[in-house]
Amino acid sequence: MLYARLIASRLFKAVIVLFMIIILNFFLIQLAPGDPAAILAGEAGATDEAFLRQLRERFGLDQPLYVQLWRYVSGVATLDFGYSYRQQMPVLDLILARLPATLLLTGTAFVLSLVLGIVAGSLAAARVKKPSGSLIMALALLFYATPLFWVALMSVVVFSVYLDWLPAYGLYTVGAGHTGLALVLDVGKHLILPATTLALFFMAIYTRMTRASMLEASQQDFVKTARAKGLKNSVIQRRHILRNALLPIITLAGLQAGQMVGGAILTETVFAWPGIGRLMFEALQQRDYNLLLGIFFFSAALVIVFNIITDLVYRLADPRIKEGS
Amino acid sequence: MKTPLALAITAAAMNVTSALAQEPKSGGVIDTIIQPEPPGLVLGMIQNAPTRTVAGNIYEGLMRYTTDLEPMPQLAKEWEVSDDGRTWTFHLREDVTWHDGEAFNAEDVVFSADVFHRDLNPSARAVLQHIESIEAIDDYTVEFTLAEPFGPFPLSFEAGTFTMVPEHIYAGTDFRNNEANNHPIGTGPFKFDEWDRGTVIKLVKNEDYYEEGLPYLDGINWHIIPDGASRAIAYENGTVDVLPYGTVENFDIPRLTEMDNTCVTEQGHEYFSPFAMLWMNNREGPTADKRFRQAVMYAMDREFARDVLWNGLGKVPLGAFGSNAKFQKEDLEPYDHDPEKARELLDEMGYDGEEVRLLPLPYGETWTRWAEAVQQNLREVGIEVTTEATDVGGWNQRLGDWDFDLAFTYLYQYGDPALGISRTYLSTNIEKGSPWNNVEGYQNEKVDELFNEAATAYPEEEREALYHEVQEILQEDVPVGWLLELGFPTIYRCDVKNLVTSGVGVNDSFKDTWLDR
Repeated sequence: MLYARLIASRLFKAVIVLFMIIILNFFLIQLAPGDPAAILAGEAGATDEAFLRQLRERFGLDQPLYVQLWRYVSGVATLDFGYSYRQQMPVLDLILARLPATLLLTGTAFVLSLVLGIVAGSLAAARVKKPSGSLIMALALLFYATPLFWVALMSVVVFSVYLDWLPAYGLYTVGAGHTGLALVLDVGKHLILPATTLALFFMAIYTRMTRASMLEASQQDFVKTARAKGLKNSVIQRRHILRNALLPIITLAGLQAGQMVGGAILTETVFAWPGIGRLMFEALQQRDYNLLLGIFFFSAALVIVFNIITDLVYRLADPRIKEGS
Repeated sequence: MKTPLALAITAAAMNVTSALAQEPKSGGVIDTIIQPEPPGLVLGMIQNAPTRTVAGNIYEGLMRYTTDLEPMPQLAKEWEVSDDGRTWTFHLREDVTWHDGEAFNAEDVVFSADVFHRDLNPSARAVLQHIESIEAIDDYTVEFTLAEPFGPFPLSFEAGTFTMVPEHIYAGTDFRNNEANNHPIGTGPFKFDEWDRGTVIKLVKNEDYYEEGLPYLDGINWHIIPDGASRAIAYENGTVDVLPYGTVENFDIPRLTEMDNTCVTEQGHEYFSPFAMLWMNNREGPTADKRFRQAVMYAMDREFARDVLWNGLGKVPLGAFGSNAKFQKEDLEPYDHDPEKARELLDEMGYDGEEVRLLPLPYGETWTRWAEAVQQNLREVGIEVTTEATDVGGWNQRLGDWDFDLAFTYLYQYGDPALGISRTYLSTNIEKGSPWNNVEGYQNEKVDELFNEAATAYPEEEREALYHEVQEILQEDVPVGWLLELGFPTIYRCDVKNLVTSGVGVNDSFKDTWLDR
């Protein structure tokens, strides 16, 4: 019951926030110089007045701004996100077509970074004054500080070009005609490099955060009590320290999860992964307003959903957190 | 100076000759790259470069063009011109079918040129304004009657202008929302198979193609890879066999061309002959003074840009007409790199050091570096320059609003001055909102007159005299800076044969291409 009320109130607020986001984005995009018709004409390398006029009429760009806004908002209310100027397809179709690839990539990276980060962080906390603990932290710092695009390119050079173990780019082997299990394995192989690249950065953060909050928790009185009771060290680490150290990690995981739709622009570009991040970047360059607004909307919606989920997970991890507190 | 790459191209040209002697082999799928991903594949509805490159295999025009821009038969097997140069009669092949099995005939030609392209295609409209009527005489004969002779007319059948689209599919429909746009139907050697957005566009062999034994390939996969470095890697690790123009950054090119079994060709851009230019704002600021613009020409070291930034590919142009365009006058006074002369001109006009703004072209690293090189050249002669970087949208807007002093661009020349060159200098072509017209704001009545007369003069000798006169004037006035006739290399494995067989190059079809494997 408590959960139901919590979710209901959160959802109500979410609708208001989303509405404000739509309005804000709409005006934000107007600030960018250039208009889509001119860019499309530019790509064609040839244009005349009739061509530009046709395009503007077709996109509704010849209407006053408030009419455009009204059309857009009333469209979104009926889940009609309009038409992509450049790709000549409905925005919703484009986004839904790209969503699975992105979720596969970011979801894998999310799980990978969370699991490995917490394991590495716990190990580092348990071995706080030993060389192995320092090594983990040094690696974490390295991954944290290295730019993502560099890691991506270097991993391609090493694993695809020199060693030839893994494919360099794409979602599947074009022209191989794999189906069923072979296709799954093929996609899996293509997933390794981009997912690892994307995971490394977050893994480093989880490692550092897990270690820090575990060390902090290990100073608490209840840990001393547990030791005094004579519990095994591994049990204390897992059940007393780690569990109490989890809250900041959940917060961070909620943030990362919220970025799953739009947060992989670089990785998707370097690895030619046909996902939303790339779509968004291209839409931005081409001033494909409808498409861009659509992606913004989905990203924002996802952030809100994960915020709600995070709140719920807090309560599972720490029953002391109650509604209203 | 011949750079290693320029030498490699000469060697590759010799390879081509020996390849012709070999017996072609059928079979195999070729993997190549398309960059950026095209918005759609229906030519005429969309004219941008990637669409042309892919769809040039699906659609065809009445003629093709040799690397010397001479017309060759395609859908038209022969044609005649009346003595006054006004009536062109085309005799069509009678054995052509569309990819859906319907026969191709004169009605398709009339519909394509007169209805479809008139409605959708600005390049076609530019030619159509010279055409009085287009009529089907019988099922396989079409007559184009021109209002007056129009020199570039025979060059208008390139895929981007009057490509043939099926009348039975489009007639009477809303062209842009026609279902068939997702599955383009042409007459070409390859048929559309599949487009997995963001990943690949697949074309397959047209088994019913009317030219006996063609095409040799079973299909073409156009890979879509958004990052330049990743595209280079795709070639290095063997995933793709052909890198069309512009797919990799110039600084990657020497590394790739040193690989085994790798050939390069500069051919296949004769029709487009991309010409890099520097817009100079003729309206206001120091650039409004002719002497300043001449000084800029003397100050720039264009050989350096070609040798260092473009790997020695391309030609430093003499003036406004490129070497692939018709009617170039070869005895014009050249603008050599001469900083001393530039300083003298600046002194003479009394240039006071007013700062000028330079907009690089937002098309990648090479252009950014080129802007830096020009900035340095200009500073050497005492011109204060700041570069203002933008993205494509911003660049379009700044040029369309005439908000610049100097700006890089490159334009296609389309083989004939009336199509690709006059548009930059005609004062009637000054209009805000487009970065492709007379953006610099040059106005000269004499030049207008000469260009207009030359477009419709007949025969060719008369056009030549007029164009020579106009070049003298432009050479003196320097409305824009002439930077480089760009050489776009196509990089490919040497066992890919007959890749470029016409002046439209990789924008033409792969019908003659075969794999020696």
